[in-house]
Amino acid sequence: MSRIANSPLTAGTRSLIPLSSALPWLIAIAFLFGLPVVFPSGSALTIMNQMAITIIFALAYNMLLGQGGMLSFGHAVYMGLGGFFCMHVLNWVENDGLWLPLPLLPILGGLFGLLFAFLIGGFSTRRAGTVFAMISLGVGELIAACSIIIVVFFGGEEGVSGDRTMGPEFFGIDFAQQQEVYYLSAVWLIVSALAMYLFSRTPIGRIANAVRDNEERAEFLGYSQRNVRWISFCASGFFCGIAGALFAINFEILTEENLNLATSGEILLVTFLGGVGFFIGPIIGAVVFILLKTVLGLYTELWALYAGILFLLTVMFFPNGLTGLIAMHVGPYKRGRLGVLALPYIKMVGPLMVFILSGAAVFEILFHSREAATGEGEMTLYGLTFSSHGILPVAVAAGIAIASFLLLHRLAPQLREAWDAANPVDRRS
Amino acid sequence: MSMAEREAERAAAIELHELEKSFGLAKIIHGVNLAVPPGERHAIIGPNGAGKSTLFNLITGKYSPSGGAVHINGQDVAGLKPYQINRMGLSRSFQITNIFPKMTVFENIRCGLLWKMNYRYSFWHLVDRQHDLTERAEEILEQINMTARRDDLAGMLAYAEQRALEIGVTIAGGADIIMLDEPCAGMSTSETEYIVDLIRQVTAGKTLVIVEHDMGVIFNLADRISVLVYGEIIATDTPENIRGNARVQEAYLGSEDGH
Amino acid sequence: MSLFAVNILDGLVTGLLLFMLCSGLTLIFSMMGVLNFAHASFYMLGAYFGYQISAYVGFWPGLIFAPIIVGVAGALIERYGLRRVHQFGHVPELIFTFGLALLIEELVQFIWGKSQKAYEAPLALDFPAFAIAGNSFPAYKVFMIFMAMGIFLVLLYILTKTRIGMIIQAALSYPATVQNLGHNVPLVFMGVFGVGTAMAGLAGVIAGPVLGTFPGMAFQLGSIVFVTIVVGGLGSLWGALVASLLIGWLQTFAAAYNVGMSDLLIALGFEKPLDLANSALRDLWSLTLPQVGPILPYLLMVLILIMRPQGLLGKRET
Repeated sequence: MSRIANSPLTAGTRSLIPLSSALPWLIAIAFLFGLPVVFPSGSALTIMNQMAITIIFALAYNMLLGQGGMLSFGHAVYMGLGGFFCMHVLNWVENDGLWLPLPLLPILGGLFGLLFAFLIGGFSTRRAGTVFAMISLGVGELIAACSIIIVVFFGGEEGVSGDRTMGPEFFGIDFAQQQEVYYLSAVWLIVSALAMYLFSRTPIGRIANAVRDNEERAEFLGYSQRNVRWISFCASGFFCGIAGALFAINFEILTEENLNLATSGEILLVTFLGGVGFFIGPIIGAVVFILLKTVLGLYTELWALYAGILFLLTVMFFPNGLTGLIAMHVGPYKRGRLGVLALPYIKMVGPLMVFILSGAAVFEILFHSREAATGEGEMTLYGLTFSSHGILPVAVAAGIAIASFLLLHRLAPQLREAWDAANPVDRRS
Repeated sequence: MSMAEREAERAAAIELHELEKSFGLAKIIHGVNLAVPPGERHAIIGPNGAGKSTLFNLITGKYSPSGGAVHINGQDVAGLKPYQINRMGLSRSFQITNIFPKMTVFENIRCGLLWKMNYRYSFWHLVDRQHDLTERAEEILEQINMTARRDDLAGMLAYAEQRALEIGVTIAGGADIIMLDEPCAGMSTSETEYIVDLIRQVTAGKTLVIVEHDMGVIFNLADRISVLVYGEIIATDTPENIRGNARVQEAYLGSEDGH
Repeated sequence: MSLFAVNILDGLVTGLLLFMLCSGLTLIFSMMGVLNFAHASFYMLGAYFGYQISAYVGFWPGLIFAPIIVGVAGALIERYGLRRVHQFGHVPELIFTFGLALLIEELVQFIWGKSQKAYEAPLALDFPAFAIAGNSFPAYKVFMIFMAMGIFLVLLYILTKTRIGMIIQAALSYPATVQNLGHNVPLVFMGVFGVGTAMAGLAGVIAGPVLGTFPGMAFQLGSIVFVTIVVGGLGSLWGALVASLLIGWLQTFAAAYNVGMSDLLIALGFEKPLDLANSALRDLWSLTLPQVGPILPYLLMVLILIMRPQGLLGKRET
């Protein structure tokens, strides 16, 4: 459990405006603005825009899950509602001559998300834990179902679409280019991420952590746990609304899909995968997940299955997510013992890759043998072309998978030993 | 000063009228009457299962009474939530250590300060930039002798240190009524002595209500003692008189010796 | 009137089916403190296993073996998955079961494909049992009612008359105390999880032919199941029964009566706007009860939460 506690969130900083705390932000800004220079292609921009939106959404989601201890199964609603509202605003700009420069739209989306979070949080934040989770699910499903029948606002089955370029030009930019949209998203990403980080350093942000860890104690320090959760919930709703607005700007269409459980579940997956105990966890989660989705999605139809397996393994073995995995090595690094781990890691990486690839091959071959049209029994996997039908290919793949697993199993004690050597138990009296 | 305010000042810090509590059919507290004047160190003792913790939870708003009333600084607290009672100037500790284990020692103390120093639900201050907050928290750390532990995680502290931190968090908000639930439970003799000294020092001038098993602690610290047996107070008196009270000997001390 | 009677029976079928899921879910929740998000996924697995077995040896063996397989799978998942996550707390447990639900859906799609399976009711029950004024009522639904009631009675018997039932009941009322009983608590947990998931599997076997056997069936019913136990009161078995029947009837009647919102509004003395197509309230005027039907359970939940946060028969909020 102590691993969670070592997060940058909980470490106290004393200095006033230290360069060390500004530096990561400056690097991030430089990085974000440099990206389109390195990856100027349209498809790369699309992925990067999607990442920026998902990062804001995941950070906002983690204000609840990681910092407030609230598990929401219906958080797509706040992003979706913000997005739908912004879509209507874009249409008012286009049709009714409303004057609004596009870069300011996310503020409206945020306020709309905030409004709904305020209304729904009024009754949903009374309890934390399981009850909150179930209520969030019910409310999420309610609004997703409403989207089909309230056509005026949600546009029914086909959703609401608009055109982002119809507003007044913003310093000569009309946002017709994908790249312009990227810079807009990047600016809002930095502003939102910074604001959310600073929120965690305010009295309410600190007390949200306190309520998460021990709501009873917080009550006896003068704080109403319900109000603390409600305020966190509203703040999260605000940033979800910003993400929704950017979604509206980027894709120019919102549908029921933006509200439903699948989207809500996806953001939970993203956040947890990255690591809920760390501020940067959701950022890492969003980047990895979007890459998995787009890159893996190019190669296999089964990417969601792999994502599901990865998610479940993370919950079971690495409850602090990918960031937690990295953070585990900070201790050995500081003690200068990282080298102890190098050899076992190098020994294991080969068998592990073989295990993952051959395991995936089993799924792919089985899937192909069932889905392929008759007469098209040939499949190409890892550069090999063979017939997916018959027992042989599956048996070979499964055999390799089992063999590599057994090898991993034999190597595991070495890794454990090295790990213990790199992390000497220090007992305090 | 208005009449009402003067009235409140003369009123007891804590006053219980015919307080009752039942859980289902089991009556745990049978009509308790007690008045603790401001500035008194008051101890509640009694055998296991006498209802000490229940009484504590009734006063601090964790449970609502089945009958009777609790007055704090002359004000009826019926129906108030723990945080509302806390804001009236009453702070408590817990029998089972109840701190924020994933925060540092410093942050634990700071959490105890936020409400009383008017930061409340603020999202426009940065906690690390508030000098008054940092200074006050460091003063309290000094008071409980934990400055050296400032940046350690509370969950990693030794048990006695956690108990000391818990007292620090309890007094941080500057409440004038402090309630401590078995602060010395499970400690060695030297640790107990240390904690008793600490309690005496940090609660100077405040009203203190303490539940404790360790008789040595009680007789050293308390101005007056109430003996709770089966949900009733059978005696309230000075330590000397309690020691000589035959009923108390029989009901409480006798049974303790029997072990 | 006859339509009313048919709807009562149809609603009973839906309600009892819901209850078969809710009861297992409530038992697991009360014993282990974990709300099994994947509960409806076990229901889906029951339907698919039932389908697969029926394809080879017929419906009836599937009715027996599919729930057993699901129960064993559930017990294994508890033993090797959930028990591991248990140490991290309730929220990670809930996240684990959520991930499980996602994974089971993906696996079902992987094994059986995305399209609906032709899982049929057995021929022996493929006849109208009786007719009420021309509306025939299929024998299979009568069978469903008897199955669900039978399960309920068996459950009631086990809970009130057997030793293991006493332990479970003790756990229902005093979750903390059961830890200190001298019983093999982990084994009881595994057993309850296995039995609970087997009941969900059984519900899937008998509901599959009526409601359809497709990969989305778990999430479709799942959210309604969670709404039901929140409405009934988390951890209350009787609350789950009342809420299941209530929601079963609510949905059935809403689907059966084509009452338009406009009729209602006019009856209330509102005037229909002339230019309806451009009115901001046009959806309100064109809504019909069958359209609103699917959202009624959620609306009910929100109302209950606002008026009575502990649920219909739930214990007091602590």
